[in-house]
Amino acid sequence: MAALRSAPWATLPRSLRSGLRQQRTSLNPIHISSRQQSRCIASFTDPRHAKAISVLPTLVDKSSQEYKDNTANFESIMQKYADLHSKIAQGGSEKARQKHTARGKMLARDRVTALIDPGAPFLELSPLAGHEVYGEDVPAAGIITGIGTVEGVTCMIVANDATVKGGTYYPHTVKKHLRAQEIAQQNRLPCIYMVDSGGANLPNQADVFPDRDHFGRIFYNQARMSSLGIPQISVVMGPCTAGGAYVPAMSDESIIVQNQGTIFLAGPPLVKAATGEVISAEDLGGGQLHSSVSGVTDYLAVNDEHAIVLARRSIANLNFPKEQPAPNEVVEPLHDSNELAGVVGTNLKKQIPMHEVIARIVDGSEFSEFKKDYGTTLITGFARIHGYPVGIIANNGILFSESSLKGSHFIELCCQRNIPLIFLQNITGFMVGSDAEKGGIAKNGAKLVTAVACADVPKFTVVVGSSAGAGNYGMCGRAYSPRFLWMWPNAKIGVMGPDQLTAVMETVGKSVDPELRNRIERESDAAFSSARLWDDGVIPPAQTRHMLGMGLKAALGGSTERQATKFGVFRM
Amino acid sequence: MLTRQSVRQSRSAVLAIIRARQSSTQPPDPNIKPLESILIANRGEIAIRVNKTAARHGITTTTLYTDPDAASQHAYSSSRSYNLGQTSEYLNQAKILALAKDHGCQAIHPGYGFLSENADFARKCAEAGITFIGPPPSAIDDMGDKARSKEIMNAAGVPCVPGYHGSDQAPQRLAKEAEAIGFPVLIKAVRGGGGKGMRIVQSADAFSDMLDSARREAMNSFGNDEVLVEKYITTPRHIEVQVFADKYGNSLALGERDCSIQRRHQKILEESPAPELDDNIRKDLWQKARAAAEAVKYEGAGTVEFIFDNDTGKFYFMEMNTRLQVEHPVTEMVTGLDLVQWQIMVAEGRRLPLTQDEVEERISKRGHAIEARIYAENPDRGFIPDSGKLLHVRLPVATDDIRIDTGFVQGDTVSSHYDPMIAKLIVRGEDRRDAVRKLAVALESYEVAGPVTNIDFLKRCCESNDFAEGRVETGYIPKHHDELFAKRTPTPEVLIQAALSSFLQAKSQKPTVPQQTQANTPTSLSWSSPQSNLQSRNFTFQSADEETTPGTTPQTHSIQISQLSPTQFTAQAGNNSYTLTSTLDPTTNTLTTYFPHTRHTSRIIHASDSSIIHLFTPQGSYRLTPTQPGWLAKALGTTEKANSLLSPMPCKILRVDVKPGDVVKKDQTLLVIESMKMETVIRSPGEGLVVKRVVHGQGEVVGTGVELVEFEEIEAKE
Repeated sequence: MAALRSAPWATLPRSLRSGLRQQRTSLNPIHISSRQQSRCIASFTDPRHAKAISVLPTLVDKSSQEYKDNTANFESIMQKYADLHSKIAQGGSEKARQKHTARGKMLARDRVTALIDPGAPFLELSPLAGHEVYGEDVPAAGIITGIGTVEGVTCMIVANDATVKGGTYYPHTVKKHLRAQEIAQQNRLPCIYMVDSGGANLPNQADVFPDRDHFGRIFYNQARMSSLGIPQISVVMGPCTAGGAYVPAMSDESIIVQNQGTIFLAGPPLVKAATGEVISAEDLGGGQLHSSVSGVTDYLAVNDEHAIVLARRSIANLNFPKEQPAPNEVVEPLHDSNELAGVVGTNLKKQIPMHEVIARIVDGSEFSEFKKDYGTTLITGFARIHGYPVGIIANNGILFSESSLKGSHFIELCCQRNIPLIFLQNITGFMVGSDAEKGGIAKNGAKLVTAVACADVPKFTVVVGSSAGAGNYGMCGRAYSPRFLWMWPNAKIGVMGPDQLTAVMETVGKSVDPELRNRIERESDAAFSSARLWDDGVIPPAQTRHMLGMGLKAALGGSTERQATKFGVFRM
Repeated sequence: MLTRQSVRQSRSAVLAIIRARQSSTQPPDPNIKPLESILIANRGEIAIRVNKTAARHGITTTTLYTDPDAASQHAYSSSRSYNLGQTSEYLNQAKILALAKDHGCQAIHPGYGFLSENADFARKCAEAGITFIGPPPSAIDDMGDKARSKEIMNAAGVPCVPGYHGSDQAPQRLAKEAEAIGFPVLIKAVRGGGGKGMRIVQSADAFSDMLDSARREAMNSFGNDEVLVEKYITTPRHIEVQVFADKYGNSLALGERDCSIQRRHQKILEESPAPELDDNIRKDLWQKARAAAEAVKYEGAGTVEFIFDNDTGKFYFMEMNTRLQVEHPVTEMVTGLDLVQWQIMVAEGRRLPLTQDEVEERISKRGHAIEARIYAENPDRGFIPDSGKLLHVRLPVATDDIRIDTGFVQGDTVSSHYDPMIAKLIVRGEDRRDAVRKLAVALESYEVAGPVTNIDFLKRCCESNDFAEGRVETGYIPKHHDELFAKRTPTPEVLIQAALSSFLQAKSQKPTVPQQTQANTPTSLSWSSPQSNLQSRNFTFQSADEETTPGTTPQTHSIQISQLSPTQFTAQAGNNSYTLTSTLDPTTNTLTTYFPHTRHTSRIIHASDSSIIHLFTPQGSYRLTPTQPGWLAKALGTTEKANSLLSPMPCKILRVDVKPGDVVKKDQTLLVIESMKMETVIRSPGEGLVVKRVVHGQGEVVGTGVELVEFEEIEAKE
């Protein structure tokens, strides 16, 4: 009965509650008759009891003024992001789009839709990339990337949007392309490149061409992934000039659309300048040539539609593991995910009630909390999302030594058991001050960072509030290679808050730029972060569990490779 | 189908027998030879129907099948079933008799068609000591010979169509005969056919001109200008009387049936009593039919067919069918009798259990019955027969008043070797209006996917005003052509359902993730506006029944579908845009869609081999096919199909009349094909076409839509 006593009565379904009560009262007569027995009988371990103690309660009062204000405030940023996304989703200018479709070409998003299995969702990555970065509109950085199911296989799809600056590669286009490949490699997803690009954006060549993580890395990744058995398929639906020519050339299989796709190291103008040869683009590197003469491409398509059918057929012939069902039944949370806005609000100075957040993300709102009463500023525990078992690590205050130790312990557990980790970030940092330093916060914090860095189970991070200082490291920030990292629209990221930063600058005696505070404020914004690919997208809180579910499916639902975690030295 | 109706029928029949026996109050008649074992020498629904009655009366049955019928329902309907072998063996008299003898069958029920009106077979049965359940061979012979049957009928006072068939071909004689017959008359070439050498003459003064012209045409067409003159009936009706006679000279008329609604000279709707018929004429018909039966010493079930002149109210004997007919259930419905049981009783040597007065008493109380024959045929293409697998069959709910006699179940194949009738739907109502209404509703809930059927056409007949009013005649279908063949454009709801089911079917074809472990993931993740993630998908459909001739493009319909969550969609059909929820149950192919204004629960069947989508919706049934994308033809290198002639149905090529290089005139015969035992001439679609290639030669068997003749590409004339 001890378990019953700690049961969160308030959250139990009424029927279960009354059932338990009845059981208790009806026990009495039986108890009397069993007095003769010398010892207790074993209890019947009702499976509902474990559920009863795991279901998270909610204390949210939806009629409170605070809830209503939170909802209203959140709605206004949500609207801002919704407008921004729908504008970006249109791609290039109206004129560019009309010109594109007039040629009988499908728009990049139509290509993606046609490629994906009916009924399967598309997990788009970083649609805000390049937003307000270049002083000119480069919607989605001119490239659409995301995860979708093709012929039952979870694939990474990379599609150039030729209506945006001719599909040329800006620095963030490269970054987005490379990020897609990184995700593909980590999660072993076959890649489908729908190429329609004028190559590197020449005015920005310094930030596109020379460095390690620049244009050349695309082909490096293709070669490495192919060597790892991750299929690479190209569909040439427009120009692939110079370096771009290597996308199809480096692929396992290539499809080209006749009289539309071209592949050459140098286009007709450059050829004329170099050798004096006058030749049309189609004769120089068109589909007919490459499919029947050069052998650069393997399949010739009549148009985009045909090319997509061929691409789907190629995926069907990969003999690659198809999506597997989740190991457990999917149960929606008991509490409505749409309430997250009202729960969280937009004022990051207010503590986010993290149990309420978890209750709206995990299956059945069931959470087996680990070390519930120890180091309570960090919540750890087991749950399921879309049927996948996960370990959740969520901030519920500042990180202390105890919470760091607890977090490290929990990460070890999950790695031992091969359970993916979900980090829900709302952290301003590790505790400071003499007590904390005496308690060894530096080495204990380091333990958490070591554990996070070395954990080789799939990691997923969602920034639901602040992401500041070393807390970002301990909670699996971008530098710690989570498989996916998403931000909520209310989230802020930066080394410290704008007020603190300004205060520190004033303390160290530097002359402070009066605009500094505002600039830091702006640079901490989720949109600013997402535009620079510090994350994989800004997501509506209500969709968090679905995004995580899709991420888990990408990581675990198809081809997987289990890696045993080996931790570094934990400073004791 | 053992319905309550049939139980009641049998009970009343048994009572009738008891009463008959009581009235005779005699020891068992030595002439009565009870039958304990019957061989059913037929196939399809009639074999099953005979078997049901036999089984109900404890008579063991033996069924027969041929190779293509090995898995047919009638063969399964009895435990003793024997293989005859080749397709045509249902006509193999020797084999069937040998089987009957070998397996101790006392009688043979021939059903209809096949050996049912074969006097020779009836005689052989008698010689072999096996009871032939049917009339005596002499009666079959008498009625089988047209000229002889007319003589007998005239002698018995049964009126025949007045006419002159004499050898004196002098124009004066012919004109005189015509005068005697009474105008209008029909001049017909004796050797004629296909309407050639045939003229309708309205009055005496036009006779000689018409005669000359008919003779000229007959001479040109057949090399013989002999003609005959017959009474021409402007608005004829087909009315027949069901008669029954026993071995003791008793005969009964079990009411009449009007079978005027015909196509290709075959009945599709039959009803009893005949509508809009004067009661005196009705009684006269019955009386004349009994006279006809008695004149040939008839035994068992027979049908006397009359042609009825709607303008004059006169009727004329046409022929007598010496068998149980396809439409006999109509009579069963209005009399409450089991005619097969009566056939067995008569064959056993028993007396007819009812008197004519008792029969009429029953008929007066049982209202009106109509039968609709469900055929695998395409009304839009001249009712050409169709065949193939029945992908989906859903029957109306059988009740006391709704009876379905069928020889096929879902999954069976309608073979092109035999008659393409799938089933008969018979309904009874308190009066004609009630029956017609019930029939329309029953047809509406009758779903068949696979071969094309006439179900929709029958429904349109039921809904046709003149039919509802009882104004029937044999020329009904051509006269009401515009109404019955009105082109129907699928509604936005129907098109949207076609698109949704295509979408959901494509999804369920790859069940990688079982439904119960599937997360309710919205398809449009992230910013939840339809544009945010996935775009709308475009679906294009066209009618599967539209004939595509070279040079015409069929009307296509475009639908845009976008999925918001597993069950939520937005759909756009032309100017109509809906947000709706829709779910597909793949086990029953049932799509349930909640439009903002209405719910549709529809069965939608996607034929995998033909790509035809069969839709059974609250707005009617439709056959659509996804329009082939433009690139497909290019990718397959078959863009020049516009210059080709395609086979209209599965067929065998009997004859090829052209060779490559021939220049053909419009409508010139190119080749002759055979399907369902019918010859069809394939004619040139245009003038001055040059044959490039004859794709298939004589004797080859091809499917539908197969290229037969390819023409040279026509140079574009600038």
